[in-house]
Amino acid sequence: MEAPELIPNLFRTEYRKIVSVLYKRFGFDQVETAEDIAGDTFLTAAQTWPMRGVPPNPVAWLYNVAKNKAKNYLQRASTFNEKVSPEIQNASSELYETDIDLSPKNINDSQLQMMFAICHPSIPVEAQIGLSLRILCGFGIDEIASAFLSNKETINKRLYRAKEKLREEKVRIELPTPAQIDERVEPVLRTIYLLFNEGYYSLSQDQVLRKELCFEALRLCHMLIENKETNKPQVNALLALMCFHASRFDARFGKNGELILYDDQDTSLWDSDLISRGGYFLNCAATGDQLSKYHLEASIAYWNTQKEDTQEKWENVLQLYNQLLMIEYSPVAALNRTYALAKARSKEQAIIEAEQLKLENYPFYFSLLGELYAGIDNDSAKKNFQKAFVLAKNPADKQAIQKKIDKLE
Amino acid sequence: MDQYALIFRHEDGHKVASPEQIQVWMKQTMDWIGGIAAKNKFVSGTGLPFDGAKIVGHGGVVTDGPFGEIKETIGGLIVVKADSVDEAVEFAKGCPVLQGDGNTVEVRRIARNDGTH
Repeated sequence: MEAPELIPNLFRTEYRKIVSVLYKRFGFDQVETAEDIAGDTFLTAAQTWPMRGVPPNPVAWLYNVAKNKAKNYLQRASTFNEKVSPEIQNASSELYETDIDLSPKNINDSQLQMMFAICHPSIPVEAQIGLSLRILCGFGIDEIASAFLSNKETINKRLYRAKEKLREEKVRIELPTPAQIDERVEPVLRTIYLLFNEGYYSLSQDQVLRKELCFEALRLCHMLIENKETNKPQVNALLALMCFHASRFDARFGKNGELILYDDQDTSLWDSDLISRGGYFLNCAATGDQLSKYHLEASIAYWNTQKEDTQEKWENVLQLYNQLLMIEYSPVAALNRTYALAKARSKEQAIIEAEQLKLENYPFYFSLLGELYAGIDNDSAKKNFQKAFVLAKNPADKQAIQKKIDKLE
Repeated sequence: MDQYALIFRHEDGHKVASPEQIQVWMKQTMDWIGGIAAKNKFVSGTGLPFDGAKIVGHGGVVTDGPFGEIKETIGGLIVVKADSVDEAVEFAKGCPVLQGDGNTVEVRRIARNDGTH
């Protein structure tokens, strides 16, 4: 790979590692310093690689440069302090220990601790997610802004305020106590799932990037499982859920990047390795007495890996959606539950319930109604598909709906 | 929007259902509650198992209940959100408990706890 495309890729995978270690080393008091050093490291790469060529081991090169920059900074700070105030220097000699540990173990530990520090209860959820995308996943401000359907300025402000808050609250970069883990792990899981969805449902045509986002989420979740203290049933359930979804990644797009809906997918493209890994983690999740929404969603996702339309499948899916909605309502779950109702009971029964959902702002609501009316009242089916077509937000969705309309004629 | 308790009253707690019948009722109940939850109107709910139930009477007299003298028993309740008592009544009409002759669902508004009731 040439330098121009290599550097953004490395930025994606290595920035967060370097910045986590530096954050951990400097604390939230000096976040700007940590970010500057990590950013400078990539700037140096961008300036030297095109001229001198890409080094044989680019990652090691980046780590070395980051280490040296951090060391230089610390030495300067240390010298300054020695001259200005020797007492302070003595009292905090540890702070000026200049070694920067970029070993795989310290990178992992630092990232895990960062996850919990970022998802601290004192900062708003949206800011937690933004900070996670920035620091744990190396997202650019542009990408975060598009993930939140917001603009750069708003996101910058939000991240700035969140960092201020972390400083004010003196949040430590460490794992919560075992008693706090269950409560503190929830926002961490929500953020990981959001990251996954960002990749899975993104409208971006960049398949490689999208897949990378999904596997980043799997990686972060797996990191929680590898640590004894954070290896909780709901964490395993989330990983299972993401494995099941990710198994269809390659089947979801055609040769020209067009979206291929579940019913039309070539099951031979489903990744059976990921499906069995999902099964493994779902088993691991079946401990304790807590049934999280991730357990329910993972179980539903498991049934979706079984393409065959059986009564057993739809009965199970329906009951899982019933339970999921009791824990947490969402319009998507309400629509999917109604589809499962049609499959497990009858279209007629599902139509009665669907008409009461009042989700007229969702294109998928009308797609569902169209689907339910098809074969019963094709006129109504067509009218609903046409409403869905008008509401659909992107060409891929419009195309899929048009196919449904054509089938009716 | 107010909250309403829908309380399931069984006319005869003596009746013993087969495990298969109980499973059918469970599914029907879950479908009913799932339908309410799909409208974002479900708040909470619980079944009230009969086994181990006790009746504490005047003077602290404890009997095994709710069987015995008292025929009518409460089998469970759910709390829903509704714009009006009429909407809550519409939810109640779908309750599978009503398939049993003589069974009823009592609809009660939950006090708001804001001093207005």
